[in-house]
Formats: sequence, structure tokens, C-alpha cells
Amino acid sequence: MVDVTPADAVPPAEVAEVELYHPHSWWTKYVFSQDAKVIAVQYSATATAIGLVALVLSWLMRLQLGFPGTFDFITPEAYYQFITMHGMIMVIYLLTALFLGGFGNYLIPLMVGARDMVFPYVNMLSYWVYLAAVLVLVSSFFAPGGPTGAGWTLYPPQAIMTGTPGGQDWGIILMLTSLILFIIGFTMGGLNYVVTVLQGRTRGMTLMRLPLTVWGIFTATVMALLAFPALFVACVMMLLDRALGTSFFMPAIVEMGQQLQHNGGSPILFQHLFWFFGHPEVYIVALPAFGIVSDLISTHARKNIFGYRMMVWAIIAIGALSFVVWAHHMYVSGMHPYFGFFFATTTLIIAIPTAIKVYNWVLTLWRGDIHLTIPMLFALAFIVTFVNGGLTGLFLGNVVVDVPLSDTMFVVAHFHMVMGVAPILVIFGAIYHWYPKVTGRMLDETLGRFHFWVTFLGAYLIFFPMHYLGLMGIPRRYAELTDMTIMTESAHHLNSFISIMAFIVGFAQMVFLFNLIWSIRHGREAGGNPWRATTLEWQTPQTPPAHGNFGKELPIVYRWAYDYSVPGAKEDFIPQNVPGNFGLSKEPA
Amino acid sequence: MSVILVFLVVVAGFAGWWLSHQRLTARPWLEQGMAGDFVGFDRSALPTAKIGLGVFLAVVGCLFSLFASAYFMRMGLSDWQPLPLPRLLWLNTGVLVLSSVALQCAVVAARRGQMDMVRLGLATAGLTALAFLVGQLMAWRQLTEDGYLLASNPANSFFYLITGMHGLHILGGLVGLGRTSIGAWNGARPERQRLSVELCAMYWHFLLFVWLAIFALLAGWAATFIDICQRLLT
Repeated sequence: MVDVTPADAVPPAEVAEVELYHPHSWWTKYVFSQDAKVIAVQYSATATAIGLVALVLSWLMRLQLGFPGTFDFITPEAYYQFITMHGMIMVIYLLTALFLGGFGNYLIPLMVGARDMVFPYVNMLSYWVYLAAVLVLVSSFFAPGGPTGAGWTLYPPQAIMTGTPGGQDWGIILMLTSLILFIIGFTMGGLNYVVTVLQGRTRGMTLMRLPLTVWGIFTATVMALLAFPALFVACVMMLLDRALGTSFFMPAIVEMGQQLQHNGGSPILFQHLFWFFGHPEVYIVALPAFGIVSDLISTHARKNIFGYRMMVWAIIAIGALSFVVWAHHMYVSGMHPYFGFFFATTTLIIAIPTAIKVYNWVLTLWRGDIHLTIPMLFALAFIVTFVNGGLTGLFLGNVVVDVPLSDTMFVVAHFHMVMGVAPILVIFGAIYHWYPKVTGRMLDETLGRFHFWVTFLGAYLIFFPMHYLGLMGIPRRYAELTDMTIMTESAHHLNSFISIMAFIVGFAQMVFLFNLIWSIRHGREAGGNPWRATTLEWQTPQTPPAHGNFGKELPIVYRWAYDYSVPGAKEDFIPQNVPGNFGLSKEPA
Repeated sequence: MSVILVFLVVVAGFAGWWLSHQRLTARPWLEQGMAGDFVGFDRSALPTAKIGLGVFLAVVGCLFSLFASAYFMRMGLSDWQPLPLPRLLWLNTGVLVLSSVALQCAVVAARRGQMDMVRLGLATAGLTALAFLVGQLMAWRQLTEDGYLLASNPANSFFYLITGMHGLHILGGLVGLGRTSIGAWNGARPERQRLSVELCAMYWHFLLFVWLAIFALLAGWAATFIDICQRLLT
């Protein structure tokens, strides 16, 4: 431990103790638990389970794309169902739920020095509603007609018509119901995350002393609370269109020679509502990743984060800006040229705060004491992947470039790089980083390094070639690409190569899952603070943290979260709850 | 999408005002070991539950702003035929105002510690809110009997959708009000009692405000108002 100078210890003012709910039985302790840490594990496990389904779906798609015509059971309808469910699950049920429900629940109370979330009962409900949403989603696989195949954007009118799988069956209804449930459940959780950061902070934990992880999750949650209602409205209205025959989104339309009863609705209205949610959603996933990666880099490079204030301001700026860029997803839907100009400009402006963040990560690494631990490897991989995906975003933000590329594999490559692979790499890094706190044991190092290299290189080999396919004009969303003049021999080979890489990367995830389960019992004992980190979650009296997190007394915070390698201090890190002036002080440490 | 953008500007204004009081320009790396110097920057003195409800109301406001945005966009299309609003809605509005007033009385009574008045206020508010819901259902019935069905015109669809959504929120509020009433009759701790009555009142006033906005929207005054504004601007 570092030296403690009692002279600096400021007597704490009273911190109001919260009334903690104390579980009495196994059921209320582990199943219907109100403890944020248990809820976090529940969220993570559910999200991982449904994410595995999406992973298998991506394999099935790659089977079809890489080896067209070989697998009879993958009909065009089935392909569309795979594509839809893969996208929807990955974006909403995996990434959003894991970052906010999983990491948010675990880290916010611990990092701000609270005993639990401020509304634990609502927090518990949040998980169970989320689980219901997942179960409704899964049930659509077994419904007559199968799940919806409308694409993850669910654009009307096709989403609720006969030609689309699930359009006139149960698929779309279950999908919309599941989304509505998810949004209700998320709102319950989101209220907790926001208000806990506002009101649950322990003494001395000012906003500018919060770890960037908390800033990222906090801002993302605020955005999600304001953006998800748009999806909610869109879902309710489409559900009415489908079930009760209203015409919110459905224009007058002739289907198979028959005039449908719909009249005059506006599909563009749906697109506005959807993307008003859909674009902030990108940052809802990205901002927690930004925050977490900042902490990983700082901790494992043993150096304070470069430009903390800029990092905070950039997070806020990105959050605010992301609400005025949504229509860049709709360039091909047609719009007034001035609107296109406006949305292209706002889109490009977001690159400024984002670039600030990237520079700050790199400058944090500069002359740091870099430990190439597995979390650090994943953090570095994130920077590389994110820069790649971000740069292609600059291409696609421009109307003239977007219009020809919009329906090609280039877009698939772009969004997988920037909001698929990059955040997932952070999730992996974060799991390797915090697993010792959650379980008390380290994940296996060898398996971890294998997992990292295969995942990082493999994901790059999957998505980087896709840019070239896109530039060749290979369209996305096509179930069968054989008889087209643009599908050259080399494009076919590339597609097969991508598919094989996808299986290899998928296999590496199985190794990771094995590691997760195996290490619970057989991993090396971690101790309370294996990474020698400063933030409060590593300073708990027990590991894993017990109910109530901090034992008898809540910690008092005396410093920011990034006091690494402070000159004059005995150790190369000073936890946030250690009083005393080091380095720049008048008194000797 | 103008309504929701205006709403978000208001939310951003609040957020900006709050953030401006949080020393965002501080240099945390220079501020070691001074936990005592940050009085007022830890947490708000407001009860946590009130802040939670405030955040939730922002979400609800966002939801109804989005409905309004969709309403205006859909209204611009050619097949829009506004439906005549039933007179009953005026009565319902009055009943809902009464409900809000009753809850406000309960708040005043709770602050003074007059439990009888609190119970009276809660009961009146609950009953009038129920009456409002029944009134809304009767308005729905009246419209369907007159042939204004859900799917026959987008104006009708929006009418049922938005009033229905508002009704669901009132229904949810009634659950909260029910819990507060149970506490009032079973004699919960006074400070806790006061807080939960205040929360109910906050929610009720907000839903009253939402209802007035919806009423203006459905009656077409909102559109006229925006029209006038636009003419003034151009």
C-alpha cells in the first residue's frame, strides 16, 4: 500500500446510508435478486446466450455466401430471416444489453462508490422484462412462418407483406412485441444507471473524478433513454398497421393483384423514426466502449489518461451531435439536397470529437509503461479497428459517395468494423479485465492470447476484404450471388475465404466461452486488485464484492481515477480512496 | 421531426445548465486529497426518487413529442381528414384538472401533516382519474358509433393511438397512486408519505400538461399555431 498522511485525511461529512434490501432465501439472492452485481451477471449471461444464436446465424449466412448453391436448406427466405435476426440480436439484444445492462449494472455502483443502484427493485424488473423480450424473440423461431425476414431495419411496407418471411405470419408481430418489451425493460434499467450516477456517488466523487467508463455508460444511457422512444413509437405504429389495418406507414399498395386495405401511409415516416433511434444507437454502443477502453489503456499503460477533460467533453459532444445526423442513413431514400448537405456536415463534424478521443488514447500510450496484457491487447486492437471503421464512415457520410456504395458490401464492412468488431473487442478486453473482480479468479492466459489473436486477425480478415467486394459493386442483402457479371472468379474466392475465416473466428469464441466457464473454478486466484488499478471497484474489502459492496464504511474519494506512476509515490498507482498529496504537493508524501 | 427536436433542445438546455454547475473545467489531476472542498458537487439535495421521476418524465415527454412529430408528418399527406372531437373531451379535461388539483391539495395537506385531508385528496384524485379514463372510453365509443373507426382514416388512427397511450400512462399512475393510498391508510412514516404524495402529484401534473398538449394537437390548434408562427417568420 502507499503511504497515508493522516494530516490530509479530511473528516467525511455524513453520507446518507441507503436502505439495502437484504435477501433471505436462495431465490431472492440469486434469481430474483435486487443486487446490481447479480443482475449484471444475469444480463450478461442472457445477452451472451442470445448472442451465440446470432453467431450461428452469421455462420449460416456465410455458408450461403461463401458456397452458394451447396446448402439446400438455406432458401432465400431463410437467408433473409438469418440476416434480420443476426442484425437485430447483435445490435440490441447483445451489444446494448451487455454494455448497459451488464457492464452498467456491475460497474456503476462499484465505480461511483455506492452500495447498489438507487432503485434496486426496478432494476430487478428491468432484467426480467429484458428476459421476456429475449424469450419472445426466440419464440419467433418456432412460430408458424418463422421469424421475420424484413431486415434489421424492418422497413415498411415490405416488412408486413406476404413476400417477406414472417410478414403475414407471426414473425413480425413477435419481433415488434419483443422490441417494445425490450424498450420498457431498458427504460427501467436506464433510469437506475442515470440516477445512480447523479445521486449514488460517494463523498468526494465529483463528476470530474468519475472514471471514463462511468462517463461513457452514463452518457450512452441518457442517449438511449431519449432515442429508444422513437423505436417504441415506430414499433407500436407498425404493430397497429399489421394487426389492425391502420395506415401509418403503409401506402396504397397492390399485392398479388389485390388492392390492400391500406392507403396513403408514409414509409419515409418510419425511416425517420427508426433512424432517429438508429443513429444514436451506434453511439449508445460506442460510448461505453470509448469509456472502457480509456480505462483499460490507462491502467495497463500505467499512465494517466491524456486529456481527461477533453475526453469528457468529447463524450458529451458526441452524445449531443448524434441526435442530429440520423438522416445520413436515408440518402438513398431521397431528400432535399440542402438536407443532404446539412446531414453530411453534421456527420463529418462528429469526426472531430471522435478523433480527439483517438489521439488521446494514442498519446496516453506514448511513453507509457505498456504491459501487453490481454485487456491491453484488446484495447489496442480496438483502436486499430475503430480508426479503420471510422475512416470509411467519413466516406459514407458524404452523399455522393454514399449513394453508389449504399447497397454494397462496403457498408456491411463499414458498420461491422465500427460498431460490430470494435465494441466487441472492447467487451472482450473488459471481460478479461473485470473477470477477476467478478469471480475472484483470472482467466487462463494462454487460451486468452489464442482467443485474442484469432479474433483480432480473423475479424480483420473477414471484414477488410469486404470493402473491396463493395467497391467492386457486390450488393449486400442478396441471398444468391452466382449469376452476375460483377461476381468475378476472384470475388467468389474472396467470399469463400471470408466464410472460412468466419468459422475460425467463431471457433475462437467457443474457446473463450470454455475459458469463461473453466476459469470460474480452475483459474489462478486473482486477489483483490490484480491489475493494480486505482478505481474504487478494485478497493472492495472482499473479492468478489459482497452484498453492499464496501463493507461497513463507504469509501471517501480523494483523487481522480488516473493517478498512475505519480512521481514521489511509493507504488505506481494511488487508489482513489487514498488520501494524501503526492508529486505536486507542498507536503512530502 | 421538429417537435422532438424542440423537445430535445429543451432537455439539452436542462442538461447544459446542470453540467455548467458541475465544474467541468476542473483539472482533477491537480486536485488531490481535498474531499472536503467539494461541498455541493456530490449529489443534489433533492430526494433521489424525485430525480428518478424527473428523468422518467423526460422519457415520457420524449415519447409524446415523437408521437406529435409523427402526427405532423402524416398530417401533411393528402388523405388526411380531421375528425370532429367529441364534446365529451372538454368534460374529461375538466375532470383531469380536478384530479390534479385534488392531488395538489393532498400535497399541501401532507406538508402540514393533516392525514385526513391527504386521504381525501388521494381518494378524490384516484376517483377523478378513473372517471377521466371512463370518459375517454366513452369518447372512443361515441366516435366508433359515429363511424370514425380506427383504420378508416389516419387522423382517426392517431386519435386512438395517442389518447390510448396517454390513458395507459394514467393507468400506470393509478398503480402508483394506489400504493401511496395504501400507505396513507396504513399509516406510513410521515416524511415517506409526503414524498410519495409529492411524486404522485408531479406525475399527475405532467400528464395533465401532456393531455392539454395532446388536446391542442388533436383539435388542430397546435397546427394553426405553428402555421401562424411560420407565417410570422416568413
